[in-house]
Parts: sequence; C-alpha cells; structure tokens
Amino acid sequence: MQLSVQRIVRRFGPVAALGGVDLEVAEGEFLTILGPSGSGKTTLLKAIAGFEIPDEGTVLLGGEDVTLAPPRQRDVGMVFQNYALFPHLTVAQNVAFPLEMRRRPRAEVARRVEDVLRLVELQSFGGRLPRQLSGGQQQRVALARAVVFGPRLLLLDEPFGALDRKLRESLQLEVRRLQRSLRLTTLFITHDQEEALIMSDRIAVMDKGRIQQIGLPGDLYARPATRFVADFLGESNLLEGTASAASASIPGFGEVPLAAPQPAGPVTLLLRPEALRLGGEVEALPCRARGTVVETVFLGLSAKLRLRLQDGPEVLARVPLRPSAPPPAAEGEVVTVGFSPEDVHVVPRA
Amino acid sequence: MRRTRRRSAGNIVLGIFAAAVFAFLLLPLLVVFPISLSSAAYLQFPPPGYSWQWYQRYLDDPSWIEATLRSVQVATLCTVLAMALGVPLAFFLVRSRFPGVRVLDRVTAAPIIVPTIILSIALYGVFARLQLIGAWYGLAVAHAVLALPFVVILVSAGLRGFDEAQEQAAAGLGATWPRIIWRVTLPQLRPSLVSAAFLSFISSFDELVVAMFLSGASMTLPKKMFDNILMEIDPTIAAVSVLQILLVSVALGLTSLFGRGALTTTITR
Repeated sequence: MQLSVQRIVRRFGPVAALGGVDLEVAEGEFLTILGPSGSGKTTLLKAIAGFEIPDEGTVLLGGEDVTLAPPRQRDVGMVFQNYALFPHLTVAQNVAFPLEMRRRPRAEVARRVEDVLRLVELQSFGGRLPRQLSGGQQQRVALARAVVFGPRLLLLDEPFGALDRKLRESLQLEVRRLQRSLRLTTLFITHDQEEALIMSDRIAVMDKGRIQQIGLPGDLYARPATRFVADFLGESNLLEGTASAASASIPGFGEVPLAAPQPAGPVTLLLRPEALRLGGEVEALPCRARGTVVETVFLGLSAKLRLRLQDGPEVLARVPLRPSAPPPAAEGEVVTVGFSPEDVHVVPRA
Repeated sequence: MRRTRRRSAGNIVLGIFAAAVFAFLLLPLLVVFPISLSSAAYLQFPPPGYSWQWYQRYLDDPSWIEATLRSVQVATLCTVLAMALGVPLAFFLVRSRFPGVRVLDRVTAAPIIVPTIILSIALYGVFARLQLIGAWYGLAVAHAVLALPFVVILVSAGLRGFDEAQEQAAAGLGATWPRIIWRVTLPQLRPSLVSAAFLSFISSFDELVVAMFLSGASMTLPKKMFDNILMEIDPTIAAVSVLQILLVSVALGLTSLFGRGALTTTITR
C-alpha cells in the first residue's frame, strides 16, 4: 500500500533527529533510506512503525492517517536488526504469532505458516527453536513472520548487518524476489551504499535528519545533488576549483570544459574513480595530469590506485584488470592520468 | 611441560578446596540423618541403634501435622503475595524513567537490611491492633514483606537481560500489551520467576523469628520445632528436619525442572 510521510519532525531536547522529512513510497515499490548512523533514518522508521510519535507531521498509509495509531493497528511487518525472534517459541510458533494475535482460525494459521515457510525455504524447520538455526535462517524466519499476515508495508531495519558477505548477497536477492512476488511496498534502512544500489527501486539519502536527495540509484550515482550524497554514495574524487563561464580551473588538470556554464567562483567537480583513465588511451583525452602512485590495491576485477597529482590534490583511480595484462602501475611510479569532460558532474553548492 | 604440571597442581588444590566446602555444607546433614533414625530417646551421636520410631511419632502427633500444614499454607500464600507484588514492582523499577527510580531500587532491599527482630516487634504492634496475631494469613503477609526483596532482585535481573526489541516486535505484529507480557516477556523470565517463587516459599517455610511473634497459639513448623527443643529434647526434631529437607529438595528439583528449558534459551540467545 502507498506510504506517504509529510513534514515529519522529531526533536530530542534541542536536537532535531528529523527536521521535516517528506517521503512518498508508491505501492509495490522498494525504497531504501540510506544514511550514516545518526542521520535520523532509524527515528524515521520508528515513526512509520509507530514506536515513536513525531512532534509534527503526518504518516499516511494507503491514505489513512496513522500518525498516532499504536503499532498493532498499523499492519506493518518489520524485520529488526537483530531479528527479535522469540527464543522460547519454535519457528512455526514465531511465524504464527501475528496471525494468532489477529485471532485467525487455527486451520488458516497452519496453512499460511506452511505456505510462507515454503516461500523462504524453511518448510522442514517449523519445529526448531531460533537458536538452533544459522544467522541466515533466522533472518528468513524474521522475514516470514513479517510478511505472513499480509502487511500493508514491510520495514527492513538493517537486516543484513550481522551476516557474512556471501550469505548477505544471496539473501539480498532472495528478499528482493520475495518482495516482488508479493508486491510488497517496502522501506529498507541501511548505511551500506552498495546494498542500497543493489536492492532499491529508488534511494533516499539521509543526513542530519533530512532527506538530501531521492531518486533512481543510477541518477544518484551519476548526478548527486549535494556534496554529501556525492561523497557517501560510491567512491568519489571531489575536485575543488574555480569556475569561469564554460570552464573550470582545476589544480593539476588545468582548464576543464563544463557541459553547462557555471557562475564565476568556487566550484566542486565530481569525478568517479572509474572515469579516471591510465596508460596509452590517456593521450587522446583533453584533461590530463601527471602524478605519483602512492598506493595500489588489488581488487580482483580492478585495481584501485591512489595518486598524488603534481600541483594538485590526491585522487583515486579505478582501472579494470585482465588476468593476462600486466599491473597498470607500481607504487612510486610517475604516470599520466586523464578523463573525458563529459564524465564530470558539477556538484551543486548548498 | 612445566606449564601443564602447574595447571594440574592448581586444579588439585581447587578440587580439594571444593571438596572441603562441600563437606562443610553437607556435614550437618550427615549428623541429622543418623540421629533421626536413632533408637535412643535423646539426641545422641552416633546413635546406639536404628529405628523408625521418631518418624512414627511425628506422623502420629496431630500437632506436628497441623504445624506442617499451616507452614505450607503460610508459605504458599506468602509466595503468591510476594510474586503478585514483586513482579510488577520489578517491571516498574527496571522500565520506569522516573528520576528517583534508582533510589527506590535500593529501598526494596530494606526488609533484608532491617534486623528481623526489629521488624517483628514493629509488625507485632501493628498486627495486635488489627487483631491479626495468630491468623495464618497475617503471618503470610508478614513473610511476604521478607520475601519481596528476593522477588524484586531476581526478576529485575531477569528483566535487565531481556531484549526489549522483542516487545516492540510483538507490538508491531499486532499484540496488545497484556498479550505481549503474557506471551513474550513472562515466558522468557521463567527461570527468574521460578527461582523467585522458590526462594519466597523457602524463606517463609523456614522462618522462625517473625513466626514467634505473630503466630500466637497456631504454630508453624519452625515454631513447633523450637518449642519442642525447649520442652523435650528427643530425636523427633531430627526426623522432622529430614522430612523438611526432603520437601525442600523436591521443590528444588521442580524448580530446576521448570526453570531449565527457559534458562538455557535465555543464556544462548
């Protein structure tokens, strides 16, 4: 069901944890709230779940005002960071819990528990206690319990934090598959930008109690609206310089032509590390600089190089690797790097 | 080599120490058991011969049986009262954000700190006015005062180790507060609750000082035992002690039986 959050404010003493947040989540959409700890994303989630009453603003769920409704009346399924499974109940009893609270007939409870356990591939685990399951299995039980009663909204509060990388990746895809097949409106909270990029229909980046930017993952990555978003989402080189009409003067690179003219004065350009090239092709690029390789990190498919530019700042470059090709450059080597002006994004000034 | 040898020497010393403590704990039982089976008519150790006569004496004497039943009755009501008052109080003390709550937490230990005899005299004054002297339920109320700190301390400790996110989860899944407490919180506090109930029961069942002041003519078992020692020193008291020990052991067994499943769950969570 559609979720609409309007101008939510929540203050803790003099600090505004939420400073007027607006958010629209369409029916069936998977929207991620991405932000560092302390950005207010958990407070926002609590206000939507009903564990926190906002000082100002409205929460609408399918058009119904639920701002002041207690959690049990909201029909919102939630997966907690540590899962919050009931340790004294079996898997099946855990999953049956929301149905029993709704006083559904016993036969229906049994059938729906079985169905949802099959959906998360735990049909043979119904009789076990949570502590007899692995972390990933517990996570799936928590998910089953959150969706079994057909919630109007699914909330996921950093549910993958405690899992190792491999398991996390497979569960991310599984959650996404489940969410699509049930057409569940989902709000996902995370501080992990990679996770946000993988899973979301749209991402809202939060900082200091406000939503900094909301949009498609690709748009946010390519055209961040603020310096914070540029820095937080993915790796970035933020080049400081001086704009004059259709070009900007950047230390190390010289004059960089801009796609759209900028007012004269200081300017920040975003250059993603993968847009910075190295080696033979550089000669053909209009924007070049020479620098010393300070550090190289091997990452499998690519290598990450940190370079100190002559008369300029330190920059990151990410160069693709092929198994047969020699390493791009050694530490201490002086190389030429370059980029194409259309790969540059001007970060708007706040 | 040297390291393992040293560690095993430490283990042996620790083992000897533990054995000594166990002997210290169990020695009284090793004296009481044989005496209860003594053939002599007075307390003598080691007994000259063996018989069941003192157990028979206990079972045949209605005043002993009456005292035993009264003690069970008093201890049961005491347990019910202490739990009914102590469990909600523990919730308040742990969950409340009320500023003075830390101080109140200390105050609940008052009945342990105040000498029992002072408490008894004070209660005697109040109970005399209310004409509760000699009433078994009056004694149960007095015992509940003494048992309350055990309940509050144990249940608070259990509650502090409980993950409140579970209550949020339950609320989010559609549960009302009474059902959250009943289905989610209390089942997980079971080890604390069972231990608290057991200690309440035993503290009342074994209590002498308050009973001497308040029980009047209707005696509890400890009071009857005390009077028995004053009047006629015979091994009946040893037989009663053994039966009392057996009863407590059964209660302890039940405690671990009902407390265990939940206990391991709480620990491994």
